[in-house]
Amino acid sequence: MTAPLQRPKRKNPVVKTRHPTLPPWTRSRVALGMTAAAAEGRFELQRCEQCATVQYPPREACCRCLSEELPWVEIDGLGDLISQTTLLHSHDLYFRERVPWRLGMVRLDAGPTVVVHLHGDVTAPPARVRVACKLDKAGMAVLVGFPQEDVPNMADDRQLREFTCDPKFRRVFVTDGKTATGQAVVRALAAAGAELIWVGHAEPWKRVPGLVDLQALPQVTLLPLDVTDPRSIKEVASQVGPKVDILVNTAEYHRAYGISTRAGTDIARMEMDVNYLGLLRLAQEFGPVMKARGADGQSSAVAWVNLLSIFALSNFPAHGTYSASKAAALSLAQCLRAEMKPAGVRVINVFPGPIDDEWNQLLPPPKLSPQAVANAIVAALRDGLEDVYPGDVAQEWRTRLKESAKGFERELAAGSGT
Amino acid sequence: MSILANLAHALAERSVRVVDLTHTLSPNFPAIVLQTELGQAAPFRTEEISRYDERGSGWYWNNFTCSEHTGTHFDAPVHWISGRYLPNNATDSIPVEDMMGPACVIDCSKESVLDADFLLTKDFLLRWESEHGQIPERSWVLMRTDWSKKVSDPVAYQNFDEEGQHTPGPSVDAMQFLVFERKVLGFGTETIGTDAGQAFHLRPPHPAHDLLHGAGRYGLQCLNNLDQLPPTGAFIFCAPLKIEQGSGSPLRVLGLVESR
Repeated sequence: MTAPLQRPKRKNPVVKTRHPTLPPWTRSRVALGMTAAAAEGRFELQRCEQCATVQYPPREACCRCLSEELPWVEIDGLGDLISQTTLLHSHDLYFRERVPWRLGMVRLDAGPTVVVHLHGDVTAPPARVRVACKLDKAGMAVLVGFPQEDVPNMADDRQLREFTCDPKFRRVFVTDGKTATGQAVVRALAAAGAELIWVGHAEPWKRVPGLVDLQALPQVTLLPLDVTDPRSIKEVASQVGPKVDILVNTAEYHRAYGISTRAGTDIARMEMDVNYLGLLRLAQEFGPVMKARGADGQSSAVAWVNLLSIFALSNFPAHGTYSASKAAALSLAQCLRAEMKPAGVRVINVFPGPIDDEWNQLLPPPKLSPQAVANAIVAALRDGLEDVYPGDVAQEWRTRLKESAKGFERELAAGSGT
Repeated sequence: MSILANLAHALAERSVRVVDLTHTLSPNFPAIVLQTELGQAAPFRTEEISRYDERGSGWYWNNFTCSEHTGTHFDAPVHWISGRYLPNNATDSIPVEDMMGPACVIDCSKESVLDADFLLTKDFLLRWESEHGQIPERSWVLMRTDWSKKVSDPVAYQNFDEEGQHTPGPSVDAMQFLVFERKVLGFGTETIGTDAGQAFHLRPPHPAHDLLHGAGRYGLQCLNNLDQLPPTGAFIFCAPLKIEQGSGSPLRVLGLVESR
């Protein structure tokens, strides 16, 4: 059984921080299909449209009938562990620092036999296992063999933690604790065992319910922070930057206007200032130090979470300028992901449907409760996801955009999107 | 000696002192807050262009942004709807002679400590006049509350509760008296706004803005160091930036004070 994770010791200040290294990350273009599914928490393989063979590794043509019709299908991952080994030596810089490392071969019920990273609680072969597809430190899909049934402390497995960003015993910075969602995120992180939670709050003279109550949580420290003020971000970064393992950017500015429903650009400018430039400013101040701490022992910098919106994916005209600012933020988050990759720090984008708050008052249900968004963020950290679409509306949008982005644009223009 | 030569001499020998009546423009300076769904004044923000670095090796400079009504600032008549059709009502067209004048400082500091919603009334002004003499025409009347001393604590400086802001300001009859009977050039306060925090609920609302600007007069707010001015005898300079059709502007307000 996995030993429960212990609270990490404080960092030894005279020991050099190791440089982050990455596992081998080259993949064929077609193999990135697995990564696309793993980014959302699914295990998908190619299944031949002609002969129904499921194949691994992914290829351009079916390994049995040479058909090129190879749609991706979700795999349940069940299979038999047929062999195992423990790596004690590696010339690869990443694995060299992490041996011993347990590996196994699994014959999937779906057909192919695959090499997996083996969870410590999987018993010696023969054993039934459940294979899941995870993202490794390089952001690439890898397969992990789990015991078929959950066991205690499963998430604390040393190898598994290379693929996840569990907030347990980690130090988290939530950029805005004044919104209902920000507060729900703080509470969910505290419940998930975060060690310390710094919570930013702007414009202290505007009192909001709930902020002061957060201070009753022993993990929480409130910090004045306004993401529109570069100096304020610099000050906070200088105080807590070198300790942040997980940054959750909940700061957002949201008004319900299109182009013609609001004269001028002041609201759009504020939306861009907070939602886009705010992210840029945070990334410039916190990005470098988090990148430097990608391999800082048990409490390394592991994740950066952006609270985006499903409206980032296609413009919702009733909230048109907000949608545009979130689309800009999404684009920047991709840049951030590329820049954080060498350090193995995961950038998680969260695309909720409308949250049940004052700015979405006139949108019809279903609307996401702030708690649901917070739970989705914690779940994404625990599972090591990269893109999360919480709620029915977000799921519906995702499906419709895949079917026909243009068709869906027309429907949104007609006002039937939500 | 000419008047200006005398002044230069007095400044040099410090028999005339210059008092800075201005707060520092900083991102931390609390911005005026309107109802959430209304348009909001941008706070002061500054971003480096370069600082002797790869962006410009030999020089340091910034871009800054703010609204016309940020920090210690000037209100032009065009700021308010009551002054919108007046001639010469904006920062670029106001006569420069109006950008300076003698100051009468009304000390309401004790009253403001006792009551954050303190209203300066006509009676209060008449009592002040019985002690210091009649407020001259074309003078600047400055309401001293010592509110500026709260500026390091933005929460106390703004002083909001569920019913809005609680800061001292003038009553309706005080503004009618100053504008129509004493014909002052302008009115200045230490708080965010020439009006009281609860002035929206006065009848008519916002008397300082409404009456001053309707009569083509000016406002100054977020003033500092009013406690360093005598009740009478100071002379202030308050020239706003020459913004085309500007409704106001941050500015440096200076007071000249003769040593006794």
